[in-house]
Amino acid sequence: MGRKLLTEHVNVEGIETFEVYRKHGGYRAVEKALKTMTPDEVVDEVKKSGLRGRGGAGFPTGLKWSFLAKPEGVPRYLVCNADESEPGTFKDRYLMSKLPHLLIEGMIAGSYALGARTSYIYIRGELLYVLRILEKAIAEAYAAGFLGENILGSGYSLDLHVHPGAGAYICGEETALLESLEGKRGNPRNKPPFPAVQGLYARPTVVNNVESIASVVPILNEGGDEYAKLGVGKSTGTKLFSACGHLNKPGIYELELGVPVEEFIYSDEYCGGIWKGRELKAVVAGGSSVPILPKELILKTAAGENRLMTYESLSDGGFVTGTMLGSGGFIAMDETTCIVKNTWNFSRFYHHESCGQCSPCREGTGWLEKVLHRLEHGHGSMHDIDLVVSVAKQIEGNTICPLGEAAAWPVAAAVRHFRDEFEWHVKHPREATQPGAVYQGAGVLA
Amino acid sequence: MAPTTAPSKLQFSPAGQTEIKRLLTHYPADRSKSVLLPVLHIAQAEFGGWVSPEVQDLVAETLGIRPIEVYEVATFYTMYNLKPVGKHVLEICRTGPCMLRGSDELTANLERITGAKVGETSPDGNFTLKEVECLAACGFAPVVQVREQYYESLDTTEAVDAMLNDLRAQIHRPILPWEMLGEVHSQQQQ
Repeated sequence: MGRKLLTEHVNVEGIETFEVYRKHGGYRAVEKALKTMTPDEVVDEVKKSGLRGRGGAGFPTGLKWSFLAKPEGVPRYLVCNADESEPGTFKDRYLMSKLPHLLIEGMIAGSYALGARTSYIYIRGELLYVLRILEKAIAEAYAAGFLGENILGSGYSLDLHVHPGAGAYICGEETALLESLEGKRGNPRNKPPFPAVQGLYARPTVVNNVESIASVVPILNEGGDEYAKLGVGKSTGTKLFSACGHLNKPGIYELELGVPVEEFIYSDEYCGGIWKGRELKAVVAGGSSVPILPKELILKTAAGENRLMTYESLSDGGFVTGTMLGSGGFIAMDETTCIVKNTWNFSRFYHHESCGQCSPCREGTGWLEKVLHRLEHGHGSMHDIDLVVSVAKQIEGNTICPLGEAAAWPVAAAVRHFRDEFEWHVKHPREATQPGAVYQGAGVLA
Repeated sequence: MAPTTAPSKLQFSPAGQTEIKRLLTHYPADRSKSVLLPVLHIAQAEFGGWVSPEVQDLVAETLGIRPIEVYEVATFYTMYNLKPVGKHVLEICRTGPCMLRGSDELTANLERITGAKVGETSPDGNFTLKEVECLAACGFAPVVQVREQYYESLDTTEAVDAMLNDLRAQIHRPILPWEMLGEVHSQQQQ
């Protein structure tokens, strides 16, 4: 069992209250930062930790912080991205509802480091019940003097607010999130200017994922160098993984980065293997946007090495034989899963969630959904299989925001690794569209 | 900016008005439009679970912005219902991870039990069925969200029955969170 830096106390009775959280070492990181460190020292500590953005992109958090413009007399903002919507991902909801003070503590330390005097947590609207939990915890933090004027007598003041979205995956894209926070439609902005220069209200802004901000707390408590000793190579520290799909024990697991994928799936300590005694067929390892991999490539790299739960190991082989760690949304599929149906389902998702601003995405996601629908329902042709790959290619790289890539990658990867299953739907439509039909072809099942 | 419609006959409840005032303090004075999404949530909860054009006009009037600024937002976000709904809107997740654990079957069951198809309201007016995309609860699939509640692991008849019974018991107008907040605030003032 590896170390747990974020969820160590998650099962303690009453840990969602200020009193119990404080009793278990809570708010030590804020005390340390405000009483003994300069803001730049906090940034340096996060840089040393090697922490990479936990929302999906994996960009180094400390580096992102150091890009923030700091013109004299202009307010700047820290905004927490709690718009968790990537299919397969449910770690932030868990963290916020169980450990609201951990996020608040991270927000205070982060805001201090960046010189923000007002900070926001943008939470997806579906999680209004979590917003109530956070508001209650924020009120407790104000009452205890950890928010508001002159925190702990340090001279530093901070207001923290929670803001709900209202149902839009696209608002997880940071500039769409900022538009939404300004009371507008969630249309991503053209970049540059980047939020670090012109973000919320056209002022310098950092947007970080919930787990990234929460991770600042153990980083300050342990020290950046100590945190960086955990994990493997550039994948430092611990990370929350959301395990779902056909697993015996789906749920949230905090892992020290570097656990072998095979151990994560099959060990009783983690997911406990595939449900109903079935075989694993495929895994989407980092949220629905990342390439799907068949069993043999998720357990081992093309070179035959054990695949590990790290940024580098999961992306080993690029998009030909690898995937991405992404948000840590780990979706396992058993041998009875129809890859064509699953690909169509994900395409419907991206079509539904496209903001409609860029034609390649607005039209392309619609075509992907439509053509995959007819392939799944036995009306497709062999040409359709090449057509979806071609449409995906034409979306990729031609849109303002990464939703285009997110829609294109899963389709391209599904055809790359499971082409014979798509062809089976074309050649044997009657068989393939029977309820519960399972493709038994060679080369796919291990 | 002057509203372009006649003054609204609708009104937020006193607790709703108090909550809107509280939320307005969260944003810079010249950026009060930021409060639009939260206010639309309040409006939807106070006016029958959907935002009619009249309700959207009320929101515009309350915030001093043009009606089109409300319309364009209300039609963008999927949580705002633009048509009348039943007493409970069942938002059924249909995305991959839920589908892998039986959301198609769940939807079919709910259609059979309630007598409403997806997008419709049951004949007794109690339930509207709505398919939505990922609710961030994939490890507890299949999942339904109803207002501020999540019902998880709905892969057994018992779990589905328990959810529906729970909702039938709340068939009267629910207490809104800001009404309770309002009570807390007024207690603090006394």
